[in-house]
Amino acid sequence: MSDVIKVGMADLNIVTPPNTIRTSGLGSCVGLIIFDGQRNVAGMAHIMLPNSKLCKQSPPNVAKYADTAIPALIQDLKKKGARSAFLKAKMAGGAQMFSFSTGNEMMRIGPRNVEAVRELLESLNIPIVSEDVGGKSGRTIEFNPVSNLLHIRTVNQGTKEI
Amino acid sequence: MDDLKKLQPFHLDVLKEIGNIGAGNAATSLSLLLNKTIDMSVPDVRVVSLQEIPDQVGGADTEVAAIFLRIEGEAPGSMYFIANIADIEKMIRRLIGNDHFQLVSPPFDEMGISAFLEVGNILAGSYLSSFSDFTQLDLQPSVPGVSIDMAGAILSYGLIPISEVGDFAIVIDTEIVEVDEESEKVSGHFFLLPDPGSFQTIFKALGVEIDE
Repeated sequence: MSDVIKVGMADLNIVTPPNTIRTSGLGSCVGLIIFDGQRNVAGMAHIMLPNSKLCKQSPPNVAKYADTAIPALIQDLKKKGARSAFLKAKMAGGAQMFSFSTGNEMMRIGPRNVEAVRELLESLNIPIVSEDVGGKSGRTIEFNPVSNLLHIRTVNQGTKEI
Repeated sequence: MDDLKKLQPFHLDVLKEIGNIGAGNAATSLSLLLNKTIDMSVPDVRVVSLQEIPDQVGGADTEVAAIFLRIEGEAPGSMYFIANIADIEKMIRRLIGNDHFQLVSPPFDEMGISAFLEVGNILAGSYLSSFSDFTQLDLQPSVPGVSIDMAGAILSYGLIPISEVGDFAIVIDTEIVEVDEESEKVSGHFFLLPDPGSFQTIFKALGVEIDE
């Protein structure tokens, strides 16, 4: 029996075969997958905000911020046998759901999340092998740790695998 | 957000009253606009975790039609009018007198979308003006935005200011339902999500401060 492991908003989890891992309704949030493709272990985070520096919450929810979710994912992956040098990443999300004329920074949260994830992965030498980011639509994504494919469903645009 | 722990039942009752007056006024406006009788539910005020919020409208990947706007002024927050796609289609068809208007696959008819935005403007304006009268706070709605998409994607957007300080939000949820046509009942939800800093302001304005 295989299960679909669900990752909620501001949440993260690890998957191993035969299970798959899914997060639904990504808007400006980023769905990040880090995986060791040979050891068939993957982790997914549903990241809401770029960094925890302005966090007024203690203790912070590490899954919510790009700068804390990435180290937490890597740590959990290593516990499941993943090797640092073999880690790769895929990401989706970071859309701009509403367009307003005001230059409010909150409105640019999607692109800022994507930039933050990209910079952090680069500093850790984890390559992003494929991505589907930006746009104006929500996404539901599911990752399979055997095929290492990320299945993406977008409203009115069908599905694809990256 | 430590403030949430200090909330007493009467604080939630105060918020319920805001939902009651606001949605009541909005329902009256909608009733005039559509020339239909509109009924509303007792407002539901709940402290909900971020992850559970999309469940209030059927789950994170349920497709919905939504109007979103920011409340600016003394008690900022986010506001949604959210309904299932078929209900909004029916409402807009009646308003613009076009039976072919659809929200299933784009491109959407511009006239219909602008009618939907106008409905959002009217509903939010009447909700906010009574909220503002009740609390004597200065509040203005931003220009509304429209989105036909997954509930999680739409709602997470308005939750950003809240997510910066905690994992829980207070949702003031009021449902409105059209009553006279049983077969084609149209219903929708108002969600008011005050920013974390706004609660103190609202309670203070109404003389029910949270004890420090």
